[in-house]
Amino acid sequence: MKNFDYVRPATISDAVAAAAEPGAVYLAAGTNLLDLMKGGVSRPDRLVDVTRLPGLDRIERLPDGGIRIGALVRNADLAHDAGFARSCPAVAEALLSGASAQLRNAATVGGNLLQRTRCGYFYDAASACNKREPGTGCDARDGENRLHAVLGWSDACIATHPSDFCVPLVALDAVVEIEGRGGRREVALEALHRLPGDTPQRETVLEPGDLIVALRLPGDAPAFAAHARYLKVRERTSFAFAVVSAAAALRIEHGRIRNARLALGGVAAKPWRARAAEDTLSGATPGQDVFRRAAEAALAEAKPSGDNQFKIELAQRILVRALTLAATGTPERVPALPASPFSSVAGALIDA
Amino acid sequence: MNLSISLTVNGVRRNVELDDPRVTLLDLLRERLDLTGTKKGCDRGQCGACTVLVDGRRINSCMALAVSLDGADILTIEGVARGSELHPVQAAFIAHDGLQCGFCTPGQIMSAIGLIEEGQAGDDPERVREGMSGNLCRCGAYAGITDAVLDAQRSLTETRQGRAA
Repeated sequence: MKNFDYVRPATISDAVAAAAEPGAVYLAAGTNLLDLMKGGVSRPDRLVDVTRLPGLDRIERLPDGGIRIGALVRNADLAHDAGFARSCPAVAEALLSGASAQLRNAATVGGNLLQRTRCGYFYDAASACNKREPGTGCDARDGENRLHAVLGWSDACIATHPSDFCVPLVALDAVVEIEGRGGRREVALEALHRLPGDTPQRETVLEPGDLIVALRLPGDAPAFAAHARYLKVRERTSFAFAVVSAAAALRIEHGRIRNARLALGGVAAKPWRARAAEDTLSGATPGQDVFRRAAEAALAEAKPSGDNQFKIELAQRILVRALTLAATGTPERVPALPASPFSSVAGALIDA
Repeated sequence: MNLSISLTVNGVRRNVELDDPRVTLLDLLRERLDLTGTKKGCDRGQCGACTVLVDGRRINSCMALAVSLDGADILTIEGVARGSELHPVQAAFIAHDGLQCGFCTPGQIMSAIGLIEEGQAGDDPERVREGMSGNLCRCGAYAGITDAVLDAQRSLTETRQGRAA
């Protein structure tokens, strides 16, 4: 690991000033950053430790029914906050389906939004990677790429965003609050991450020094709580990133879907909101045929970036399953195997 | 750069001068405080062998910078027994053969103590297995580990209820 300067500012404005310098990065729990630094993938000159900044570790209920979550709230604390889990059960399930208990105890809300891709070629300093070193090429294109993107990818980069947490958040119109050199601003989570295009090294719209200070769920998010699920296919049942995942949240009134919110994970360089699919569900009676049509709409633009044609069909099936489970109703408690398609919940299909 | 930090490790206050900010909590414990019970497996947060409790919560000590934990309270495997009396989780691992080579065992035990403290798994073996998935055992002693955690969870809950009564 390359050496670095370590600073621990006491105020947000001092942190922003310290992190705006070239070569500086923020450190929260470090569960992703230290891994990248140990592998020589990330080589910062200065770490700006934000873990002691005041006021960023609270979960607040807002007057409009929304929820504001400080950027330093730990993943486990948010998932196990009873009020939050009741209001946003699919988000709690996504959090508990990610990483391990040890990592969830450390990892922060802000850090989760900004975690880097798990593309093996990005992690391997000996491989060509346009994200790590712009202009060097992409060894994933002709490499082991069965887990890579099927939506929004470019010739320069086919990596995916690994977060589970972000998938239901983007479905529920979450907003991030950012403190930067120009003051406070807000960005929809859906607009935070960029698709690769010709500049895969630019992963978000954040500018130097920008610090995510909070995440906000709008007042209508809890209205989906009765019919909300997150489902995630993994290559082992626990402690693995998604092959594909889906968040489905429905408002059902008088037997019909009033609103649907859908998003996919593991398919693109950002959490993928499926608005066209949502439109096909509006006003429909829940059922397999309409769910399948929605899933086809969600993946209509998908194309394989390598040996991953199967992910397109798999994503559609997992979306149908997530919709089926959401329509059945949110379980009282997150299942023993969170987000698992192999969970033995009554009514769940065993073959997606 | 010289960084001075203070940690409480197994109940003892330790002041440490760090000549390098790169030192992880794991390396600090093993190489500078001679507490080698905490094991280094993958050193990348994937195997759980380095699990310790920081301020009462289980984390991977390999993925935490020591300097960032200034002021924290650390509990390692060396601090869980009371003299010659084993911690109930240690005793349960022996009773249920929850180990073979033993390399992952300190991390398994610290993780199990953290899991029981979190109170989310209860007596459901599926929730115990899920909650322990951050600890790999290459000998495959998982069945014994799950039994040990369930047994220790039961005895600790009874002890607590006994105290409360």
